[in-house]
Amino acid sequence: MTTTPDTGATDQSPSLWLSFWAILRSNPLFRYLLRRLGLAVLALVGVIGVAFFLTSVLPGNPAVVRAGPLANEERIERYEREMGLDRPLVVQFADYVVHLAQGDLGESWSSRQPAQDELRARIPATVELGIVAFGLTLAISLPLGILAAVYQGTIIDWVIRLFATFGASVALFWLALIGIHLFYYEWDIAPPPLDRLTIGTEEPPSVTGLFTIDSLLAGDIKTCRDALNHLWLPAMTLALVVSAPMTKMIRSAMLETLDKDFIRTARAVGLPPRTIILVDALRSAFIPVLTTSGIVFGYLVAGNVIVERVFSWAGVGQYVWQALDANNLNAVRGFILLIAVVYIVLNLVIDLLYSLLDPRIRLN
Amino acid sequence: MDMTEPLLALENLSVTITDNRGQSKPILQGVSFEIYPNEVMGLVGESGSGKSMTALAIMGLLPRRAKPQSGHIWFNGHDLLTLSKREWYAVRGSQLAMIFQNPRAALNPLMRVGQQVARVVRLHQSLKKRAAYEKALDLLQQVGIPDSQTRARAYPHQLSGGMAQRVLIAMMLACQPRLLIADEPTTGLDVTIQAQIFELIKTIQAEFGTTLLLITHDLGVVSEVCQRVAVMQDGKIQEVATVGELFAHPQHPYTQHLMNTLLRVDRPTNSRA
Amino acid sequence: MLHLLLRHFTLLLGSTLLIGFIGVAWIGPTQMKYEPEKVSRNTYERPSKDYPFGTDKFGRDIQTRVVHATQLDLRIAFTVALISFAVGSVIGAIVGYYGDWLDAIVMRGVDVLFAFPSFLLAMVITGVLGDSERNVITAVTIAYIPYFVRLTRGQMLTVRTLPYADAAISIGNPSWRVALIHLLPNTLAPSLVQMSMVAGWAILDTAGLAFLGLGITSPTAEWGVMISEGAQRITTGEWWMWLYPGAALVLAAFAFNLIGDGLRNLLQQ
Ligand SMILES: Nc1ncnc2c1ncn2[C@@H]1O[C@H](COP(=O)(O)OP(=O)(O)O)[C@@H](O)[C@H]1O
Ligand SMILES: [Mg+2]
Repeated sequence: MTTTPDTGATDQSPSLWLSFWAILRSNPLFRYLLRRLGLAVLALVGVIGVAFFLTSVLPGNPAVVRAGPLANEERIERYEREMGLDRPLVVQFADYVVHLAQGDLGESWSSRQPAQDELRARIPATVELGIVAFGLTLAISLPLGILAAVYQGTIIDWVIRLFATFGASVALFWLALIGIHLFYYEWDIAPPPLDRLTIGTEEPPSVTGLFTIDSLLAGDIKTCRDALNHLWLPAMTLALVVSAPMTKMIRSAMLETLDKDFIRTARAVGLPPRTIILVDALRSAFIPVLTTSGIVFGYLVAGNVIVERVFSWAGVGQYVWQALDANNLNAVRGFILLIAVVYIVLNLVIDLLYSLLDPRIRLN
Repeated sequence: MDMTEPLLALENLSVTITDNRGQSKPILQGVSFEIYPNEVMGLVGESGSGKSMTALAIMGLLPRRAKPQSGHIWFNGHDLLTLSKREWYAVRGSQLAMIFQNPRAALNPLMRVGQQVARVVRLHQSLKKRAAYEKALDLLQQVGIPDSQTRARAYPHQLSGGMAQRVLIAMMLACQPRLLIADEPTTGLDVTIQAQIFELIKTIQAEFGTTLLLITHDLGVVSEVCQRVAVMQDGKIQEVATVGELFAHPQHPYTQHLMNTLLRVDRPTNSRA
Repeated sequence: MLHLLLRHFTLLLGSTLLIGFIGVAWIGPTQMKYEPEKVSRNTYERPSKDYPFGTDKFGRDIQTRVVHATQLDLRIAFTVALISFAVGSVIGAIVGYYGDWLDAIVMRGVDVLFAFPSFLLAMVITGVLGDSERNVITAVTIAYIPYFVRLTRGQMLTVRTLPYADAAISIGNPSWRVALIHLLPNTLAPSLVQMSMVAGWAILDTAGLAFLGLGITSPTAEWGVMISEGAQRITTGEWWMWLYPGAALVLAAFAFNLIGDGLRNLLQQ
């Protein structure tokens, strides 16, 4: 990340570059971000290493899988050579890193397509489900967390906490099955749990990859309704489970804030409770809640793998599940990297958000 | 003075606090005293004697675990202890207001101070947003904040403790309460700043005729600012007297003790010009 | 008062549930009429007097399988909690006590592991190791070790500065001894809370992996495996196949979570 003066610029005006650099360096926020970025890159390198070597000791031989059940020794060996599996692990790793640097995750061994293409094709489905689920999570956990904190120690608080504890214990796949059984099998309100659109419905022309938005952009209300129809049940299932930890986090952050001196001042000058809770307390409580969004992200991603499986949702989670099953190493590694990169970027964004939200951080 | 009706009267107020194990202990025991309109009443006592709890009880802001057990707090012919939550919000700010120690923590750290004053202005005087902000700037100037235009855009952490307390006082001016409680408003500030803040409180009290309950350690300040004093020990009122009487003939042995210790400790404050 | 009662109610309810589960695991299997893996001709039978929880596609009695699975799932939960605690807190204690570069390196590693949702970590590791009870225990344990490392290290950092650490060293105890024997017990209380939570998560993760076809696999009687078998019939309405094992799983996890919550409240006083 060290943006050392590159040759072109140095030749002309080295001092200009250096002084520009010096000004940047003297900005504390910039220095902080630089350091965070450095750490992030280090973490990423760690993840790449771990992801590669961990998956490389997978027990099955991908060449055998690919060669099929009737293959003979010779054929398997040929595949091994072709896939580079006969080389020492370190050489394979170096090769992997070189390709990675060019944005190449390697060939998906089940389909012989580039893994990055397959992953990319799957991302919108997961993102669409994740965003809606996250929105629903907030819609559930914000009011509950605030209520529990405001009515701390009362029966309201107790019931909400029990809900949160129970929610943390509910197996997502079981909840999904209950949902499908009730809403599809019994009441026929939801479509069968088979992917993102009714079979035979044509996908809207891809702009964002999110079917709800793309269909609206194409002016196709019918497809949009169909997409939403398929979306709400899996998203709701995921949201219910993720709400549990989220509610707890919001409750404890609110409790902490409501105890602060400035809340007492706000009450002493007669500000209405609505303002105090929703403006003063909630905004302050948002900062500690933000810290835990990594955890929430983790819940969402892990939850997605399971929900996508139950609802045959053609997203990244279903992809990695199939890849693990088929010893499709490059795909699994690609998935791990994708999650790690998103997580690291998320943390950087959170850091930036902090400094936007909290004037005390902004200045030092 | 004794002829008029008191503005606020505490009658036999007892408060207990319950810890997490469910054990309760008394923090106020049979507290009674009156405050008359336009007077400055002092409340002194060692730390932990229950001064803040008395003030919070008056404001209806006692901590969740503290509960009034018996007694009355008469204000305007109503017993404050019987007010509903909703009724409280009509009283706080407009009738009763309070400033606290540690002024920097008493301001919302995420909001510019001008905004914080302005929204109190808007709450108590029906003004448009813009006008309320102008009014807030006026108030900031009135409490002696130089360059109030710029300071109004600061966040609390960018202000000194003295400046923050001035902002809080400006907020109180916006409320124009009938009774203002100041709970050790200068603890933790520099000695010279302390003097300035007391000067400000005195001026404002004189100008607006606000009734003031001043909680302090500083008997020197009491002698300068207050007309009457209540002395507190272990959750009980030991003595109520005019300042003159108290300094001339302290009745209670505890008061004498208090005067010996507090006057000695606070000598530097007294020697100000 | 209500608050106090309710707080202990949490711990009480959790313990009662857990004791109930341990009871079922212990004596349940001997009380059953059927064998967990014995197939019969009565496939897909609704719950009835003969089969209180119904039968599955091989005509196996679901109730028998749920009861037998209790033992397996509890065993996995307890094992994961104990081993991840033992390994994690020893690492955390050492790292926290010696600090310095050792601390820096290990904690960066822990950060990397934390960057990965524990369920996915367990999923990938199970995929690496292959399907067996031991492997799924290993995988889930690895996923939760970082929690204990971080917890114990943090505790150790605060405890280390207390006077009695100095006292213990000054009377001639080697410092590793001080770290492990004198200071570790002080970090136990929060670890106990964490263990309870981890046991709950472990039981959910194990079942979740089994549901995805990883770790414990058919025909073993395990809650996740059974739910997975039931899921294949989700569109045809044989709800008893997944409802009962799921209810058992959720109640067990609930018990551990309640105990964890209750203990935390108890310790916070
Ligand atoms: N949150 C609390 N929990 C338990 N006891 C408290 C709490 N706050 C104050 N007290 C007790 O109440 C008594 C009165 O405190 P306070 O009114 O703050 O004293 P002062 O303001 O005179 O220094 C003290 O004995 C103190 O120990
Ligand atoms: Mg006090």
